[in-house]
Amino acid sequence: MRRYAAVRGPGTARVLVNRAAVNVVLWGYAVVALVPLLIMVWNSFRSDQELVADPLGLPVSPSLDAYREAWVEASFSTYFLNSVLVTTASVALSTAVSLLAAYALARSRSRLMAVIEQVFVSGLMMPVFLMIVPIFYLLDTIGLASTRTGLILVYAAVSIPFSVFVLATFLRQLPDELEDAARIDGAGPLRTFWSVLLPLVRPAVATVVVFRFVPIWNDFFYPLILVRDRAQYTLPVGLTTFFGEYQTSWSTLFAGLVIATLPLVVLFLVATRQIVAGLTAGMGR
Amino acid sequence: MNGRRTAALPTPVALLFLLPAAALFAVFVLYPMATALTYSLFSWRGTAQEAFVGLDNFVALLTTEPYRSQLPRAFAHNGLLFAGAMVVQNSVGLLLAYALHKRDRLRRLFQVLYTMPYLVSPLVVGYLWSLLLSPLFGPVNAALRAVGLESVAQPWLGDPDTALWVVVLVTAWQWVGFPLLIYGAALGSLDPTMEEAAMLDGASSRQRFWHVTLPMLLPVIGTVSVLTFIFSMEAFPIPYALGGSNGSPAGATDVMSLLFYRTAFNSGASNAIGISSAVAIVLFVVIVGVSVLFTRWFRHVERGLT
Repeated sequence: MRRYAAVRGPGTARVLVNRAAVNVVLWGYAVVALVPLLIMVWNSFRSDQELVADPLGLPVSPSLDAYREAWVEASFSTYFLNSVLVTTASVALSTAVSLLAAYALARSRSRLMAVIEQVFVSGLMMPVFLMIVPIFYLLDTIGLASTRTGLILVYAAVSIPFSVFVLATFLRQLPDELEDAARIDGAGPLRTFWSVLLPLVRPAVATVVVFRFVPIWNDFFYPLILVRDRAQYTLPVGLTTFFGEYQTSWSTLFAGLVIATLPLVVLFLVATRQIVAGLTAGMGR
Repeated sequence: MNGRRTAALPTPVALLFLLPAAALFAVFVLYPMATALTYSLFSWRGTAQEAFVGLDNFVALLTTEPYRSQLPRAFAHNGLLFAGAMVVQNSVGLLLAYALHKRDRLRRLFQVLYTMPYLVSPLVVGYLWSLLLSPLFGPVNAALRAVGLESVAQPWLGDPDTALWVVVLVTAWQWVGFPLLIYGAALGSLDPTMEEAAMLDGASSRQRFWHVTLPMLLPVIGTVSVLTFIFSMEAFPIPYALGGSNGSPAGATDVMSLLFYRTAFNSGASNAIGISSAVAIVLFVVIVGVSVLFTRWFRHVERGLT
C-alpha cells in the first residue's frame, strides 16, 4: 500500500487525509461500541439519587449497595446458581454424548451412519417456536415440568447437532494410525476412544464447550416458557421478573445486568482466540 | 480419503456409541418436531386435543381478531427489522471491516472492541438500552441536552413512531461484530493483486471498493443476508426487553415471536395451542421459503456477474 502511495507523489496529502478519516471512523465506532457497556458498569456503583441528579456522571463515591440488593433481596444468588448448574450440566452432557456419537460417525463406514448423521445435522436449522409447545407438554408428561433437570435435558438435546457436526469434522481430520496401533496392542473401542482419541480432540472439545456455553447461558426463550417456579429460574428469566419488580431502583437494575454478564467476560478473557477463530470458521472462502 | 480406513468401527459398536446422543435427540428434538406439525391441524380445548380440523386454525389466523390485524403487523415489523439490519448493521459492519482490512496495527484490538456487545446476552442488551434511553435518568437524552440538542431528546421507547427504530438500532449495535468478523475474514482471503492492478490503472479508492472489492465479496454478502433474514424473523429477546410481550407502545414493537408467545401462553384462548402452532408453522414456512428462494436467486445473480 504505502509503496504505491509513495510513487504517486501528488496524492500523498490525500492519502494522509484518508488515513486520518479512517482513524476517526475506527475510534469513533469503538466509543459507540464500548461506552454503553462502561455506563452499565459504572452506573451499577452509583446510587439512584446520583443517577437522576447527573445521568452522565462517574462513580464519585462508588458503592456496592446495588449488588447487595440484587444478590440478596432480588434473589440473584439463586438465579446465578441455577444458571451455573443448568449451563454446565447441559454443556457437559451434550459434549459427552456428542463426542461418543461423533466418534461413531467419523469411524464407521456404514450407510446407516451416514443417514443418521444427516438427521443430526438437519437439526442445525431447528424451528424453536415450532418445537416449544410439544416440549412443554412432553416435560409435563414425564414429570419434569418446571425443573432444572428438564431444562438441562432440552438444552443438551438441542446442542447435539452443532456439537456432533464440529466434533465429527475434527475427528475425520485426525489420522487413524494411532487407533490402528492401539487396536493392534489389543485395546477395545472404548479404551481406544478414552486413552488415544480423547487427548487429541481437546481443542475441538474446547470450541464446542465455549460455543454452547454462551448461547445457553444467555438463552431466555426456553426457561421463560418451560420454567414456572421462581426458585428454578435461570438468570435471564430472573432478569425479566426483576425488571418488573425493581422498576425504580435503577442502580440495582444495572447491577443485575452486570451480574448476568460477568461470567461471559471471564469466559471471553479465557478463550478469546477460540471465540474469534470459531466465529469465522469456514466463512472466509 | 485414503481408502484403507482400517480403524473403521464395526456397525454394532458404532451404534452403541451413538445411542446416548440419538436417544436424547429423538426424545427432545425429533419427537417434538414431528408432533408440532400435527398440533396445528387439530382443535384444542386447553391441553386436550379435540377434533381434526384440517386448515381451520390457519383460516382462523387470517380471519379472526386479534390475529387478523396482529399477524400482518407483526410480519411487517419483522420485515422492517430485516431491512434495518441490512441497511444499518450490515453496511456499518462492511464499512468497518473494510477500514480495518487496510490496517495492520491494532486490527485485533478493534475487532475485539466491536465484538464486545455481541458477547453480551441480547436480553441484557435490550434492558441496558431501555435504561440508557429512559426519559428520567437516561444518559442518551442527557447527552443530547448537554450538546444543545434539547429538541431531539424524547422518550424514545414511549413513542410508537420511534420505538421500532430503537429496536433496529439496538439490534444493530449488538450484532455489528458479526458481519464485521465475517467480512473481515472474507477480505483477508481475497486476492490483493486485483486491487493493486486497479490502483495502478488509476482507480480511486472509492472506485476500487465499488468495482473491485464489492463484487468479489458478493457470495459472502449473500450468506450474511440470509442469516440476517433468519435472525430478524426470529428476533425475540431484544423486542421483549424493549417493549414487553405486548410490543408496547401500542403494538409498535410487536413481532412474530411475541405474537406466538402471547397466543400460546398468555392469551387464555381455549384453542391457544392450535392457533399458536399455526403461527409457528407460518413463520417457519416463510423463513425456509424466503431463504431458499433468496439463495437461489442470489446464485443466479452471481453467475450473471462472473
